[in-house]
Amino acid sequence: MANSDNNRRKFMATTLQSVGLTALGGLLWSGYTDEVKASPLVLRPPGALAEEDFLKACIKCGLCAEACVNRDSNKNKDGSKRDGTLQMAKGGDHRMIGTPFFIPTDVPCYMCDDIPCVPVCPSGALNEESVTNEKGELDINQARMGLAVVHKESCIAFWGIQCDACYRACPLMDEAITLNYQKNERTGKHAFLLPIVHSDVCTGCGLCEQACVTEEPAIFVLPIEYSTGKAGDHYVKGWDKKDQLRAGDRNLDEIETKTERSEQKASDYLNTEVEY
Amino acid sequence: MSNIKYLLLRRVTQIGLMFLYFGANAYGWHILEGTFGASKLFGFIPLADPYTTLQVLASGFVLGADVLLGAVIITLFYFVVGGRAFCSWVCPINMVTDLANWLRRKLNLDKEEVNYRFLKRNARYWLMVLGLIVSAVVGVAAFEVLSPITIMQRGLIFGFGAGISVVIAIFLFDLFGVKNGWCGHLCPLGASYSLIGKASLIRVKHDHEACTNCMECKIVCPENQVLHMINKESISVTDGECTNCGRCIDVCGDDALGFSIRSFGNKK
Repeated sequence: MANSDNNRRKFMATTLQSVGLTALGGLLWSGYTDEVKASPLVLRPPGALAEEDFLKACIKCGLCAEACVNRDSNKNKDGSKRDGTLQMAKGGDHRMIGTPFFIPTDVPCYMCDDIPCVPVCPSGALNEESVTNEKGELDINQARMGLAVVHKESCIAFWGIQCDACYRACPLMDEAITLNYQKNERTGKHAFLLPIVHSDVCTGCGLCEQACVTEEPAIFVLPIEYSTGKAGDHYVKGWDKKDQLRAGDRNLDEIETKTERSEQKASDYLNTEVEY
Repeated sequence: MSNIKYLLLRRVTQIGLMFLYFGANAYGWHILEGTFGASKLFGFIPLADPYTTLQVLASGFVLGADVLLGAVIITLFYFVVGGRAFCSWVCPINMVTDLANWLRRKLNLDKEEVNYRFLKRNARYWLMVLGLIVSAVVGVAAFEVLSPITIMQRGLIFGFGAGISVVIAIFLFDLFGVKNGWCGHLCPLGASYSLIGKASLIRVKHDHEACTNCMECKIVCPENQVLHMINKESISVTDGECTNCGRCIDVCGDDALGFSIRSFGNKK
């Protein structure tokens, strides 16, 4: 009797210990895992799901990176193999370990027509559908790996120096990057050739970033969620018939938008001080 | 040299498989591509790690058919023939922990061993379940962010970077910390293969009549609790934790141990 009582106590104690230590491990493990998945400024292969889903889905097999580096077109002029675009994140890369990413200044995405990296993905982290056009063909132009952003203070074209390196490097020349001609008032007789990125076309391949001649690239690719803003649904373009459809056939006074600011009159906005 | 037969065979298998994986990236071979998470055999047969697959499913993502089929294939393979053979015949970390274990014996570290009361051999099963829970809570396959197994494998294929420190940490832990600390106590992947291979066909069988009770097998065995029948009865090692590494067979001077097909029925 006393013995079985002892045994039971021992069993309870060890069970409690195991549960407690497991809870401790769970807290540490969750904390660590949550931290390591936070590396927002990372560029993923074409067709990648949104980052949150991508991190869930990627099984870290590396088949995309292997397809990238071993594609037939990935050769130097002498026939030797080049580095692939896609790298598998190692310890020290400060990106979720084992996931594929690329750094355009090292190796940009060359936008292969057959997109070798996407169909090999076994898990669905790279979504073939998102890079397939209406005809059912793979179409790399549909990829949205990121969006190129021009920093106009360091872009020498904005200084008036003639440079169109990014414009010429762009695989979608005159679509993803166009040149905007403006008069250079400083000299009075020259033109600015200003690169303008069009976010509805840019795939984020990074060839522009790699081609940029400045010490640190003045044009660079950022993940789309970090390189775009959002006007919000309550703005309707009154001059755009298609956009106006969103408002439906409602009258102007039926449409009510409530924001923090609509508590006040429109004119108050100009007459009140900005709060800091 | 017959006393290292299975050791040699295992090293050849481990290094050979790693070389095929390495060649898939370095030379574009289509024999065995990918990593343990998911692979392709001969360019079309999908393979996937069952525990990794479960983690991804737990994180809330419905995986592609290739991975699911691959996980079924691997599960069936080890369920039928392999037991926990993944651990001793495939996993590259096995070479690291075997080295640590061998050094422990050479340096007489085993004799000084402290009884780590808080670290028991069943900790890995807790960790295995915990890994799935953390995957579900954080929304990412939790063991995969720190698995020394795939870190080492990817290191061998794509380059190590700072990932080598994880491998060194495992080595130091097993050498100076807990004997068989990683593979025998903590590794949730090994735990999953213990469960999968519990009923596998290929088993080490003990012949009680031939045994001289030298205990060499228990000294080399990384999971020596599975050898409870030594010098007691002539039965097979049926514990799922046996990795089918065959070291006990190698070191046995009495021919009292050998691989056999598991016999079902009353004699067991």
